[in-house]
Amino acid sequence: MAEQNTVTFIITRQDSPDSAPYKETFNVPYKKNMNVISGLMEIRKNPVNANGEKTTPVMWDMNCLEEVCGACSMVINGTARQSCAALVDQLEQPIRLEPMSTFPVVRDLIIDREQMFDALKQVKAWIPIDGTYDLGPGPRMPEKKRQWAYELSKCMTCGVCLEACPNVNDKSDFIGPAAISQARLFNAHPTGEMNKSERLEGLMEEGGITGCGNAQNCVQVCPKGIPLTTSIAAMNRATNIQSFKNFFGSDNVR
Amino acid sequence: MEHREFGYRRLHSLLGVIPIGVFLIQHLIINHFAVYGEESFNNAAGFVESLPFLIVLEVVIIYLPILYHAILGVYIVFVTKNNPNNYGYFRNWMFYLQRVTGIITLIFIAWHVWETRIQIGLGNEELNYGLMESILSSPVMFWFYIVGVISTTFHFANGLWSFLVSWGITQSPRSQKVATYVTLIVFLALSYIGVRALITFAYGI
Repeated sequence: MAEQNTVTFIITRQDSPDSAPYKETFNVPYKKNMNVISGLMEIRKNPVNANGEKTTPVMWDMNCLEEVCGACSMVINGTARQSCAALVDQLEQPIRLEPMSTFPVVRDLIIDREQMFDALKQVKAWIPIDGTYDLGPGPRMPEKKRQWAYELSKCMTCGVCLEACPNVNDKSDFIGPAAISQARLFNAHPTGEMNKSERLEGLMEEGGITGCGNAQNCVQVCPKGIPLTTSIAAMNRATNIQSFKNFFGSDNVR
Repeated sequence: MEHREFGYRRLHSLLGVIPIGVFLIQHLIINHFAVYGEESFNNAAGFVESLPFLIVLEVVIIYLPILYHAILGVYIVFVTKNNPNNYGYFRNWMFYLQRVTGIITLIFIAWHVWETRIQIGLGNEELNYGLMESILSSPVMFWFYIVGVISTTFHFANGLWSFLVSWGITQSPRSQKVATYVTLIVFLALSYIGVRALITFAYGI
């Protein structure tokens, strides 16, 4: 293959949360093994667009640079993923970068994922152990189950599953696959299990688990390979049983 | 009531299979009697028409469930942002087609009920082989019915797959995959039964 000198990026930009988005093209010097973020760093170093005009540097979010923090998610050539793990050599050019459309844009490629943290609050995705006295050690967790639960715990709230989900959008209040899977994670924990019904009640609230339409894009795009659709189906069963308990039963606190 | 949306959506999923899906299978099988001759169809349809409390059965088993399923279904279609062009996975296409066939089926059923049950109710038509023969002898209506029937059987078969997930029956990827094949067979079998009867009504073969 002929030596490549520049990489072209077409970036969807937005100056403020309320202003209109626009596209700007940049030609960036090619370096071997570069990723999308190193391309963005070149633009920051020399913020001149393809027409030779000086412009503002493109803003984006990042942190770990090794696909474990989830901060640098964006839509690259139409598909949501982490920009740190997107290698330029493996992408079709020109490379189109857009902010994830499911979330409110803060500026350029930076989006606000607060709704994901609100969703985690809705399903109480934590284990309540704080109190005024020492509760002592909790029940032990079988090693096999710990290994299984570890896979679910890899979720980094990156938002890629919400972006790919056709039912998470501004017309619906569906919380998305990530929080549903987290409810399953904490319900599987021996201590977390003690508050199982509270998380299921959260999943049954408005915007909860019934927002899922089984398009199953989430499990395909999850960068951590979390079995999101299995989690959703498992929580479907659990919420159904909980709703029967609530209606017919007399012991519905568990 | 607490968890209103949860209850509405689960009821929507249940009604699609029981009673609507069960009724659909019954309806297509009764139609299929046409293949064995005019007499045979008239006897079968006549038996269904002679059921006691027919109007109550129709309202409770057919009209109200379909109306509920249709109204909530249209809402579900409107709160979706389909994206199979960016995420062209098999299930995403099925998800999209489920919404497309839902709307086609709604239009088809509205027309079909107007043309048959309502006209019979008004006394303009009689329930017999001749009614369907006269409707389907027009090529335009024949193809409208073909599209309508296949859209309905697809919506039912794929909906059955979704039903199994929504009720937490098929959880593992493997069971969901097997369910895909099983519902594919359901789709093909019901489409055959439905289309076969249409061909007899239209062309007498």
